[in-house]
Amino acid sequence: MRLQAAGVTLGYGERTVVENLDLGVHSGTVTTIIGPNGCGKSTLLRALGRLLKPQGGEVLLDGKRIDRMPTREVAKVLGVLPQAPTAPEGLTVADLVARGRHPHQTWYRQWSSDDEAAVGRALDMTGLADLAERPLDELSGGQRQRAWISMALAQGTDLLLLDEPTTFLDLAHQVEVLELVRQLHREASRTIVMVLHDLNLAARYADRLVAMREGQVVAAGDPHDVLTEDLLREVFDLDAKVIPDPVAGTPLVVPIGPRSRP
Amino acid sequence: MTATAVAPRLHDLRRRRFLVLTGLLAALGLAVVLSITIGAKSVPLPDAWRALTDPTGTENDIVIRSLRLPRTALGVLAGLALGVAGALMQGHTRNPLADPGLLGVTQGAAFAMVSSIILLGAQSLFAYIWFGLAGALLASVGVFALGMVGGRGGPTPVTLALAGTAVSAFLYGLTSAIVLLDEQAMDVFRFWQAGSIAARGADVVWQVLPFIVAGLVLAMANTPGLNALSLGEDVARGLGQNIALTRAVGVTAVTLLTGASVAACGALAFVGLLVPHLTRPLSGTDHRWLVPYSGLAGAALLLLADVIGRVVAPPGELEVGVVLALIGAPFFVALVRRRKPVRL
Repeated sequence: MRLQAAGVTLGYGERTVVENLDLGVHSGTVTTIIGPNGCGKSTLLRALGRLLKPQGGEVLLDGKRIDRMPTREVAKVLGVLPQAPTAPEGLTVADLVARGRHPHQTWYRQWSSDDEAAVGRALDMTGLADLAERPLDELSGGQRQRAWISMALAQGTDLLLLDEPTTFLDLAHQVEVLELVRQLHREASRTIVMVLHDLNLAARYADRLVAMREGQVVAAGDPHDVLTEDLLREVFDLDAKVIPDPVAGTPLVVPIGPRSRP
Repeated sequence: MTATAVAPRLHDLRRRRFLVLTGLLAALGLAVVLSITIGAKSVPLPDAWRALTDPTGTENDIVIRSLRLPRTALGVLAGLALGVAGALMQGHTRNPLADPGLLGVTQGAAFAMVSSIILLGAQSLFAYIWFGLAGALLASVGVFALGMVGGRGGPTPVTLALAGTAVSAFLYGLTSAIVLLDEQAMDVFRFWQAGSIAARGADVVWQVLPFIVAGLVLAMANTPGLNALSLGEDVARGLGQNIALTRAVGVTAVTLLTGASVAACGALAFVGLLVPHLTRPLSGTDHRWLVPYSGLAGAALLLLADVIGRVVAPPGELEVGVVLALIGAPFFVALVRRRKPVRL
């Protein structure tokens, strides 16, 4: 178990979003969290990435409490990409990716050949080497998202948390980003946890699906076992047909309409 | 481009940055020379050099050693401090209109100085400056404490700016009340408010030096964290940056730098607003370069404005604060209008 939430209760101030939740992330898998808006999936991801301190319970990274580890040491094994991050205007792709090296730098050693190699690899892997000197705000949405992922790659972690990496992207760019995620997983057997909205893409690109509703995990497992007509009714209040995806064979959701009253 | 081809690009960039650094150092050197030689009594360069290295007690020697040298040194220190503080402040607040006085430092210094005159009968400039410095630090601590009230996990740039504005307004009211009642306080205050580096003496330079050096060290240590913060708090946390610590170090640096400068030279915080807009096109968004560039440019600018103030209205002088405002304001407008507005 790489990363584990043990009985976590999460919230903002007085408002509790997730209560007493358990979740384990296995090494070398792609885990995708799905659920309706406001179910606490992004909150859970933030807690897993120690961006949010649990009000109760604990998050364990490789068996150790993540909040007791030095945050810089965590940053060397765990990368987090929040939802819709913003960069200062004029920042170039190469500069953004170089900032991924932050946890490896100290005040007396700001830039090393390791840093240079990692940035070069990250740019190559995301296919951005030719755009390295372009300002981020001149890129398309898909290219920009690849640049942020490239920053997370330069960080050199084998554990990556991605919060809705496909938000605001058209379908072609969504597929482009998810193909990149799959490639990262396969080539270096990284462990990836992401939150996705699109159920069909989630089913296609995940080893393990976690369905959440109202701060609770309703089902977790192989996409074929999780993404069923019953679950869609229970979790999303959606009446739908689930058929095999003619391309990938994974479950494909065809909505019928809002859940009919029994 | 492949992985190996990124390297030469980065080396090019670094060479360009060292070139800019050299250029700014040269500009500052030139400003120092002008500041030492030009004034009500202009001193030729060879004589100025002799006054510094081998003084014989001539009139020129006295002018240079007891007037021009401390004045120039104070100008360099205050310019460095305000330029650096401005770049830090704009970075931390992600607001291009932030100036280093935003934390209530300027009004804190003003209030403490006029209070010391009526309450304790402080007489010498030396005494005012200690009080000004203490007032600046206290105001900043108060703003920080207020900014924390009701916030989760430490003050944010917005709560700090709001608290700073409120504290500044409150202290300004008190200062106004005092100077209306006390003529001597009014006299000190109006010269302080204009902002000047003239007639301070070497003891003032030594007095503010440790604060400014400490502030500069903290500021440079703060720049990598500021780079991470400029990507947003969540990304910075993900990169292993301690947000609260980064903010605290930044605020401390701004307070030390601005407090020491305004206590010694008066309300000159405008330098801190202006200078980062000049240097940002040279440095890009990397604070590790923006901050030192801003310090050097701030020092050069402050000295040049001071030199202009000495020659523009003979036989008198214009205070450097007045010159900076008169030249700086139109220049600032032109700068902001020419470029597309910069988002931080």
